[in-house]
Amino acid sequence: MRAEETRNVTISVVLLALAACLPFTGNAYALTIGVTIAMYAVLATSWALFSGPTHYISLATAAFFGIGTFTTGIGIQFLPYWSLLPIAGVLGGVLAALVGLATLRLSGVYFVIFTLGLAELVRQIITWFQNMSGQKGLYVLTNITEAGIYWQLLGLGALVYLTGWLIGRSRLGFALRIIGDDEQVARHSGINTAAAKIMLFVVSGAVAAITGAILAPRYVYIEPSLAFTPMLSFQVVIMALLGGTGRLWGPLVGVIPFTFLWEAISVSFPSQTTLLLGVCFLLIVYLLPYGFVGLFQSIKQRASGVFS
Amino acid sequence: MDIIITGLLLGGTYALIAMGLNLQYGMARIMNLANGELLVVGGFAAFWLFKVGGVSPYLTIFIVAPLAFVANWLIYKIMLRPLVKRAKSRGKLEVDAILTTFGISFVAVGLMLAVFGGDYFNYSYLATPVHIFGATYGANRLSAFLAAVVICGALYLWLTFSRTGMAIRAISVAPDSARLVGIDVPKMAAIAFALGGAVTASGGSIVSTFLTLDASTGVMFTLKALVIVIMGGVGDVRGTIVAALLLGILETFVARVIDPGLTLSAAYLVFILILLFRPQGLFGRAQS
Amino acid sequence: MKRRTALQLTAALIAAGTIAMPAMAQETLKIGAVGPKTGPLAGGAIVSYWPNVELWASDVNGRGGLDVGGTKYKIDIVEYDDQTNPGETIKAVQRLATQDKADFILPPYSTGLNLAAAPIFAQFGYPMVTSTATSDQIEELSEKFPNMFFTLGGAQAIATSTAEIMSAMRDNGDIGNRVAMVNVADAFGIELAEAARPVFKAAGFELVYDSSYPLGTQDLSPVVKAAKDANPDAFVAWSYPPDTFGLTEQAMIEGLDTKVFFTAVATSFPAYGERFGEAAEGILGVGGVNADGEAFKTYAARHLEVTGSKPDYWASAMVYSSFQILEKAIEATGSLDKAEVTDYIKNNAFETVIGTIDFDEHNNNTSFWTVGQWQGGVFKGVASTGREGAVAPALKASWK
Repeated sequence: MRAEETRNVTISVVLLALAACLPFTGNAYALTIGVTIAMYAVLATSWALFSGPTHYISLATAAFFGIGTFTTGIGIQFLPYWSLLPIAGVLGGVLAALVGLATLRLSGVYFVIFTLGLAELVRQIITWFQNMSGQKGLYVLTNITEAGIYWQLLGLGALVYLTGWLIGRSRLGFALRIIGDDEQVARHSGINTAAAKIMLFVVSGAVAAITGAILAPRYVYIEPSLAFTPMLSFQVVIMALLGGTGRLWGPLVGVIPFTFLWEAISVSFPSQTTLLLGVCFLLIVYLLPYGFVGLFQSIKQRASGVFS
Repeated sequence: MDIIITGLLLGGTYALIAMGLNLQYGMARIMNLANGELLVVGGFAAFWLFKVGGVSPYLTIFIVAPLAFVANWLIYKIMLRPLVKRAKSRGKLEVDAILTTFGISFVAVGLMLAVFGGDYFNYSYLATPVHIFGATYGANRLSAFLAAVVICGALYLWLTFSRTGMAIRAISVAPDSARLVGIDVPKMAAIAFALGGAVTASGGSIVSTFLTLDASTGVMFTLKALVIVIMGGVGDVRGTIVAALLLGILETFVARVIDPGLTLSAAYLVFILILLFRPQGLFGRAQS
Repeated sequence: MKRRTALQLTAALIAAGTIAMPAMAQETLKIGAVGPKTGPLAGGAIVSYWPNVELWASDVNGRGGLDVGGTKYKIDIVEYDDQTNPGETIKAVQRLATQDKADFILPPYSTGLNLAAAPIFAQFGYPMVTSTATSDQIEELSEKFPNMFFTLGGAQAIATSTAEIMSAMRDNGDIGNRVAMVNVADAFGIELAEAARPVFKAAGFELVYDSSYPLGTQDLSPVVKAAKDANPDAFVAWSYPPDTFGLTEQAMIEGLDTKVFFTAVATSFPAYGERFGEAAEGILGVGGVNADGEAFKTYAARHLEVTGSKPDYWASAMVYSSFQILEKAIEATGSLDKAEVTDYIKNNAFETVIGTIDFDEHNNNTSFWTVGQWQGGVFKGVASTGREGAVAPALKASWK
């Protein structure tokens, strides 16, 4: 490994260790915020793994998340908790694979709307099943503490980063960079663009599902309308875009300020929360078209320009 | 038989909901996620004028439509035009539009909350039975259907035969070439967007006669409109009308013959299937 | 924000007015309130929850505040909008507990959001007297969350009451035994339908139509038409506010004119009675209250005066009563110690606007209103699991 890579890995490990210490501070509020950040960071980073290189905006995060939540909700009555996470991952991955296969020919806005419709379809079907089987809301009563959820999310996050890093260094990553620049060229160079895209979508879907499964004990009561909110998909997209999808750490840099901003608005303006959140979205879109990563890079360019 | 009529009536409602979005997305290239909120605003206006002054929602349209036109025109000029100018690719524009209009939808909900409160609102207007071929239908839905026919018909004729209409269709098909023949693309786009807003708000006034709305129900309508517009094929008014009617009939059929619980599942399933096998929608042009 | 300013203004005026009185320290109690102001449940919360928060604070402060062991404490309400998102509810409750250091926290609105917040209430020991959470698994929940109290009842009791009312009418020869039942495909609707099916069958009713529809369905006429085609004697809809209104309107248009007509949630809203006027007469719904009793009448008058809107005839009074329980427990123990207050709630009965409330060993209030009916422009309780003041249910007159 080159020196720069070693440095990056060391920094990442140190940051991860620091983050893991949060529950020990005893500040329950900070931990709750920490869980929120960890959850969105995992979702946004895995989303960006797919949507970054391919430039396809997926709004299906809520569908996978909901499936994961329901896996725990239903499974916890029959199976031990730890087995549910891989099951959720597999279910999410399979759905993502099917969707990926089916949507290869779609692009741009069609893909976006398709994923949005997919989330709604999954929610409708699960609701219908619930109705048919007479299942009422699902109660998830476990002994898992918030700290436990936090650490699981950190662990998952570390895995996602590791995956992203490995992909970046592999042939697949090389292929993706080319696909991102020009898909035609990639295809003509013999890169199997279809397989690459599907694989990434599968990773993204599986991770979202596992995240949902981890979060289920926190919600205690699982019902479709709460587990499948479209808002979740939008929030993930905004945070990832705010951070910028050019780098692996981009989404994280978007999630953290966004969460604090959301929190600040909720606290200071309880009656106009929605209104001000909307204003913030608008400001973000106008002022940071390429996210913090883009901002960072343009500062770097300007700085190097000054000194060159 | 009554499945078909009920389905058509529902389709008329859907056409009112979706037509505005087709103008905004198909012609002005803005995927307006605040579409549903605009509909609710139209509904609020009708409700308020009806409660306070006994004004028929069908008359309220004449107030709502011009106001919505101006408001949307301003939104386009001030908020969306800069995005169009700075977008390096169509994909980037669509993403920016989605995010911006999403922010606008939040602002709209917040404003409605502040002005109207979060209560549900509904009222009885023309809730009388009408008998056709031995089955009963609500007069309010029937007149909504007729209004939809008038509005959509008028739009279609205007877009096909008037100069401005043709110019708008031109920018939807080939914006670059349109510029070459002297069409003022930004102005046409603004008009299309504003017109779409006016249609949606009017649709909102009309559907408020038989639906219960509140400040937060906009999302549902946006989703429905998106499905219909994409299914019908972006940019073609006929596509939206046909898709709306088909969807109405499909949902009614599923509700009556299969299971009312599966209506929305069926709708989304059909939507997804059409996207897979004919992504340009029923009437759209194949993307190159 | 308007409410808070109004509260602060009121508090300031009262404080100014009491300067002439013998010097009493004007202490304040921070009380948190989290609920939906936006999102799918905002419509219901704005009718039943937020006005009662305002009314309760105004009532208590109007009396000079809570009397805690001789010292008067004014109530300062800290509000948050959870946007009907359980993640937000959790954050807001945490914030109230740790950052705002709230002395007490009012429970959230609706079953899902209450349950999401329950672990935190339990962790910090806040007494949680819920008024909008329904569950049929109260035993398990109270074991897990020992500070959680339930007052509104569950789907099972509602279904049973409905079956009893219909059975009485049928045995009287007023209606037959054909029931058309529909439900909205969402949590409470599904629960009610699930509970009702076996109960109706056991009571000897025939379910001639049994179906559900998705939340947010825009056209309920297929459902109503199909129900009508089945020629029922009774129509029971386990519905939510938008479809409650929609089904009623549609039924009138289509002529689904049964002598028993039941729509579930929101039938108890004043807006329902206003919208349908005389046609609402005889329609049954979930909830009810002793509308003719003095307690409710004075409460309703105050509600209208202070908040500008009328209370609904089901959850509103229960929400207010749950706040009263907290208030009385604090004053009775004379302490702000959460554990003491919780204990007091467990072991005592309370007089509230809804009547006497006390909790069994599972922290459950077992006497609550189940079914109500519009009679004379008022939605009165006709069935309950032990409340006084029920009036006899009547058959619905024809709409023609």
